[in-house]
Amino acid sequence: MIGLTDYLIVSAILFSIGLMGVLRRRNLLMLFFATEVMLNAVNVAFAAISHYYNDLTGQMFAFFIIAIAASEVAVGLGILIVLYKKHGSLDLDDLASMRG
Amino acid sequence: MEGLVYIALFAPFASSLFAALFGMTERKIFVGIVASILLATSFVASAMLAFYVYGTGNAIHVTMMDWISAGDLHIPFGFIVDQVSVTMMMVVTLVSTIVHIYSIGYMDHDKSFNRFFSYLSAFVFSMMILVMSDNFAGLFIGWEGVGVCSWLLIGFWYHKPDVSREENPSISPSWAANEAFIMNRIADLGMLIGLFILYWNIGSLQYDKVFAAVPFLDGTVLNAAAFALFIGAMGKSAQFPLHTWLTDAMEGPTPVSALIHAATMVTAGVFLVIRANPLFSLTPEVSYFIAALGTFVAFFAASMALVNRDLKRIIAFSTLSQLGYMFAAAGLGAYWIALFHLAAHAFFKALLFLGAGNVMHAMHDELDIFKMGGLKKVMKWTYLYMGVASLALSGIPFFAGYFSKDAIIETAWNEGTIVLWAILVITAGMTAFYSFRQVFLTFEGDERYKKYGIHPHEMYGYVLIAMSPLAILAMVAGFGMEGFEHFVTKLLPDYHMSEHTHRIAWLLGLIVLAFAVSGIALAYKKYYYGLKRDEQLENSWYYKLLANQYYIPVLYDEFIAKPYAMISNAMWTKVDMKIVDATVDGIAKFLYKTGDTSRKMQTGNLSNYLNWMAVGAVLLLVVAAISAAAIG
Repeated sequence: MIGLTDYLIVSAILFSIGLMGVLRRRNLLMLFFATEVMLNAVNVAFAAISHYYNDLTGQMFAFFIIAIAASEVAVGLGILIVLYKKHGSLDLDDLASMRG
Repeated sequence: MEGLVYIALFAPFASSLFAALFGMTERKIFVGIVASILLATSFVASAMLAFYVYGTGNAIHVTMMDWISAGDLHIPFGFIVDQVSVTMMMVVTLVSTIVHIYSIGYMDHDKSFNRFFSYLSAFVFSMMILVMSDNFAGLFIGWEGVGVCSWLLIGFWYHKPDVSREENPSISPSWAANEAFIMNRIADLGMLIGLFILYWNIGSLQYDKVFAAVPFLDGTVLNAAAFALFIGAMGKSAQFPLHTWLTDAMEGPTPVSALIHAATMVTAGVFLVIRANPLFSLTPEVSYFIAALGTFVAFFAASMALVNRDLKRIIAFSTLSQLGYMFAAAGLGAYWIALFHLAAHAFFKALLFLGAGNVMHAMHDELDIFKMGGLKKVMKWTYLYMGVASLALSGIPFFAGYFSKDAIIETAWNEGTIVLWAILVITAGMTAFYSFRQVFLTFEGDERYKKYGIHPHEMYGYVLIAMSPLAILAMVAGFGMEGFEHFVTKLLPDYHMSEHTHRIAWLLGLIVLAFAVSGIALAYKKYYYGLKRDEQLENSWYYKLLANQYYIPVLYDEFIAKPYAMISNAMWTKVDMKIVDATVDGIAKFLYKTGDTSRKMQTGNLSNYLNWMAVGAVLLLVVAAISAAAIG
């Protein structure tokens, strides 16, 4: 039987993968993907806990997150394209222009 | 009557503010005239108050407003015009009016003419608060006010440079001003402690309440309060060991010396003892100490005056000496005699100083009497004034000083304190000697000033006329003695000579007179026909001891001022720089360093920021987990 714990473990693994992506990746597009992975890890946890408690609120929240993530990606990708056109690269090491 | 009180009090204040308006501009003669008129107004108001108090025998008590009202502490701005304060008001306003008029002539060529009048009037205002206040707090304000004005006026010529002590014992006006201020501050601490003791035990600083309550206080408390108050009086009246500032204060303009350092401010200490007589008469030990110290100072100061060559310093020493006489009288319980001598002394000493100012003006600020001589030819009136004042000071019959000083000496006999009596009698002889030594060296004999190319001239006519009231008072004030006694003993304890003393009073008077006359005769013999320097005498150790003021200024310098400067220096370099400053600097340096180090986090690389963010999040998680575990 697959229980809550298993879902949460999957969620945690997904989140860690996403986090590692955020920390280690240098490419801005890949960073985006990594944040999406983290968001969806949270969604999995929401859905699983919502099912566990028989409370629909968590699943509703997951939908909201999906919707917001979609709009965020739309905006973010737009910015990425402008950035790429301007600098010809999406590598963060090349984009460091505000060194303190 | 209330209006007159305020006019008497605030006319000098108005005068000070008016003169201050022109403080920064060049000399304007009308400033001096307006100030003099306002002071004269104050004098007239005081005189009317005096007639009222004399006529009715009632004191006038007014409360202008509440000053401090906090919890149990309640101090109003109240003023009392009774027999004692009205006497002081008369003396202060009369002498200061004359000094104001005198200053118009004396400060003629000074570019800070207007500023001078502003300070001088401010002094009179403070002095009026001092004498008129109906509580110790108001007295203390006036006390500090006259101190500040004294500081401003001694240092009036602050731009003069410092010179060595050998060249000029008071170094410079600014040095002398600071010395006077600091010495007074030391004494004021004693006075404040006295006020605290009284307030602590009685719960009020109003004279009437305090004096009603003192008979019920413990003897130790009374002694402590009386002694502490007397320390304050010692500073203001320049009694030993706080006396050095008074002679150095002669650096100020001469009208200032006449008004502040002879006639009024320095007598504030005596006034305090007289005002607080209910307290001092309950503490016989302290009172005896006052009398003994006063007698000692009378002799001590007179001895230094014997050999001094500086015209103003001789008079300053004589002021010290006469203050000693006043304290001797007050300490022996003859408060009204002390007050009488205070008033008489104010008249002839102010006259003496103003005469000295005339001489200075004529001699282009030369003060060495060895360089004068024969001035009577050009300065007839000044000679007359100074002669009258010196006769009064020496206690020659029927001049003012004769009555007041004789009464003090008689008191010393009457109290059975023969040692004090003997010292006071000898001092009377010394007083006569140094007064006439100075007069003869200045006005008689050969004209030594010609060698120095000085062309003396007499003072302006109006100045000489302005001085005449003082000369008349120095001659006739003594005849008012009985009336004065009758007047002030309504408030002050009466003091009568015993039957025995009364019977031999003529003999006592004769002894004093013999000393005084022989002092004058000695001065006449030695100095009337010119100055013959006696090298052997001048090189003797006792002459040098006296000429150097018993080396006390040097001792103070070596054993107090220099060690203090050394300690201050050490505190500055060791404690302040190495501990206090270092701590503050350390905090700043630490902040700079952390800032400098953490600045490196700001690489501009988004990836690094994200890493730091993760580190922060993990840290927060750890903290949350630990605190949850700790609470759970």
